[in-house]
Amino acid sequence: MIEIRFAGFGGQGILTTGMICATAGMDLGKNVTWYPSYGSQMRGGTANCSVKFDDKAIASPFLKNVDILCAMNTPSLDMFQAELKPGAVVFVDSGVVPEDHPIREDVKVVRVPVNEIAHKAGNPRGANLVMLGAMAAHTDIFTVEEITKAVEKFFKKKGIDNPKNLDCLKLGSEC
Amino acid sequence: MAEVRLPKRIMNSGGWCQGCGHGVVVRLIAEVLDELGVADKAIAVEDVACGSMSMSGVLKCDAIMAAHGRPIPVANGAKGARPDSIVYAHLGDGSAYSIGCAELVHTALRGDNMTVIVVNNTVYGMTGGQMAPTTLPGEKTASSPKGKDADRYGVLNVVDLISDLNCTYLARGEIYDVASTAKTKAMIKKAFQNQIDNKGFSLVEVLAPCPTNLHMTPVQCKEFVHTEATKYFTLGEFVDK
Amino acid sequence: MAEKVLMKGNEALAEAALRAGSRFYSGYPITPQTEILEYLSTRMAEVGGFFVQAESELCGINMVFGAAAAGARAFTTSSGPGYSLKQEGISYLAANDLPAVIIDVMRIGSGLGDIFMGQGDYWQLTRGGGHGDYRTIVLAPNSVQENVEMVQKAFDLAEQYLHPVIIASDAGIGQMMEPVELPDFKEHDVNKFDWAVRGCKENENPRYCQNIYYNMWDEEYPLVKEYGDYPTYLTKKYATIEENEQRWESYQVEDAEVVLVAYGSSSRVAKDTVDTARAQGFKLGLIRPITLWPFPKKAFAEAKAAKAFCTVEVNILGQMGDDVRLATEGKFPVGFAGNFFAVPDPDDIIATAKALLK
Repeated sequence: MIEIRFAGFGGQGILTTGMICATAGMDLGKNVTWYPSYGSQMRGGTANCSVKFDDKAIASPFLKNVDILCAMNTPSLDMFQAELKPGAVVFVDSGVVPEDHPIREDVKVVRVPVNEIAHKAGNPRGANLVMLGAMAAHTDIFTVEEITKAVEKFFKKKGIDNPKNLDCLKLGSEC
Repeated sequence: MAEVRLPKRIMNSGGWCQGCGHGVVVRLIAEVLDELGVADKAIAVEDVACGSMSMSGVLKCDAIMAAHGRPIPVANGAKGARPDSIVYAHLGDGSAYSIGCAELVHTALRGDNMTVIVVNNTVYGMTGGQMAPTTLPGEKTASSPKGKDADRYGVLNVVDLISDLNCTYLARGEIYDVASTAKTKAMIKKAFQNQIDNKGFSLVEVLAPCPTNLHMTPVQCKEFVHTEATKYFTLGEFVDK
Repeated sequence: MAEKVLMKGNEALAEAALRAGSRFYSGYPITPQTEILEYLSTRMAEVGGFFVQAESELCGINMVFGAAAAGARAFTTSSGPGYSLKQEGISYLAANDLPAVIIDVMRIGSGLGDIFMGQGDYWQLTRGGGHGDYRTIVLAPNSVQENVEMVQKAFDLAEQYLHPVIIASDAGIGQMMEPVELPDFKEHDVNKFDWAVRGCKENENPRYCQNIYYNMWDEEYPLVKEYGDYPTYLTKKYATIEENEQRWESYQVEDAEVVLVAYGSSSRVAKDTVDTARAQGFKLGLIRPITLWPFPKKAFAEAKAAKAFCTVEVNILGQMGDDVRLATEGKFPVGFAGNFFAVPDPDDIIATAKALLK
């Protein structure tokens, strides 16, 4: 069982990131669930979603012992630190979370300047894809190839063809 | 002596009170459906109130009895399920202009292709003669025994309410005498022809007497509608696109 | 076998309704069911059906009433406060023996409550809720796949019993995404039933779709002819549904000391809780009602070792407890491990269940 939390501001593509992640899990043959925050929270406030992967059937879609937290801003990091397992991996946007911001001692922290990289790639809305690339590099939930396939499939279904999306993913995986 | 024949789509006289306008209106509708050749695919939607007595062995048409105030959305649903059928809602003034006001306004706003026939007798009939939005100022009813207080309760005129929306046809007639009844029948016919031609939303209001609840003789009540009600509810075709 | 797709519960349900042959939908926005309305706003036209965003829930359900009377597989959707408004039409559907499907994607609270995941409507769903002598079949899915399967089942049951059928979904099921296998398209013929209004020929008897109470004195009325009178017909109808349609899932019930009773989203947490408790040596079990009405009373016979029962629900008053007490004839303590604004935590559920044994 893998529990993953994506969190950030509304409009940062948090829910989409989780959906792509869930797509990757499904295509790996795993059982997956994706569960969003919704409603008024979507209007510019905080957004988060929960993703679960398991080889067995997943009973509860709600998270309890989180393996991976992907925090795109400081409030999200503060809000969701407590539910992390010891040894969990936390991805933070180093462009917004100060280096000295307190993070639990018993977790691994991966700092990625996602927005900076996305801007450099000419795809400012691709920060979340940079983060997915970094997740592929620093965890074993999926490989870069697997998440690349999921990203291609996800955007193809939406009728979006932007090669810069894959650039973001690749740059993220090199972090 | 002239031969008296029932219209093809009328099986029997109904249980309406003496002098009631509903029976006349149902007969006019039945004649129109037959004359337009659409009776075979007509679906009537009746309010649970007085109009629904046409479903007591009177009207030879498939029919649905809708909750009070809801014949218009119910007719809309039947039309949506069977777009080739000819669907109409037959309801009273309390149903159309009070409890079902939102449904009326939005159906007119969408311009849904259907026919609505409202019988306006200025009073709630089935529940025993209470004040309606169409009750005239000063008119005595069971819930305005001293006469409708014009300062507190206004008079709702459907023309003010929906003529600027997306109506194809909006008219008001009466059934006072042969000539006015024939005019009203022509209005009803146009309202159905529009639906056949897919032209949109048509509503005909028919001013009618309710002698029982207004405590008048049928003749007195007929005169009241003709002389008093028409002061507030002018007759004519208000929208005809 | 069709390829699995990742879909939100609400959207999968909407698509499944179309695949069950429904071509009529009228709805109104309310969180957390709005994705159904949004999905159908474009998708219904693609399959040649009728879609309307109604001006209110009242209009929505009454349009469904008209469409059902005309023979369509019609449905509407809402959530708690909007479902309350639909009760008028649901009572009329029941009183007219009309098949229709109504979906309640539940949230929390009375009044406005809030939009969060919740199971606030058990009472209004299972007691009838509108006026008069009626109840409706209520199906409670707990996954996106079940959402898909149950909407098909709901239309079938509605037609089998000529009765409205409710799906008690909740925000957890509606908002969640899971891989789902969609069934093939089925056709529905609006002329499947002769009672459906369509227009009558001059030499035919007209079809009247009306309040059966008006016909209960008519010896020639088909129901009265067959059953003698309407009360007998109605009593038998409900008894038959109650006997034949109880559905549930049992999980580790036989040797359980305490049996959890949970449906929908909370049943998934409860299932995890059973595993957690058993790993700690505490024998928990789970009865998951799949029909909330008829309540699966038969399931409780399996609980041979049970000393207590405990409902797990996302509401404040433990609404399902009444039915558990009735099903167990008041012989056992019935606890409530509830929460609102969040699903109950497995550790809290275990603590509540253990306390029942003291």
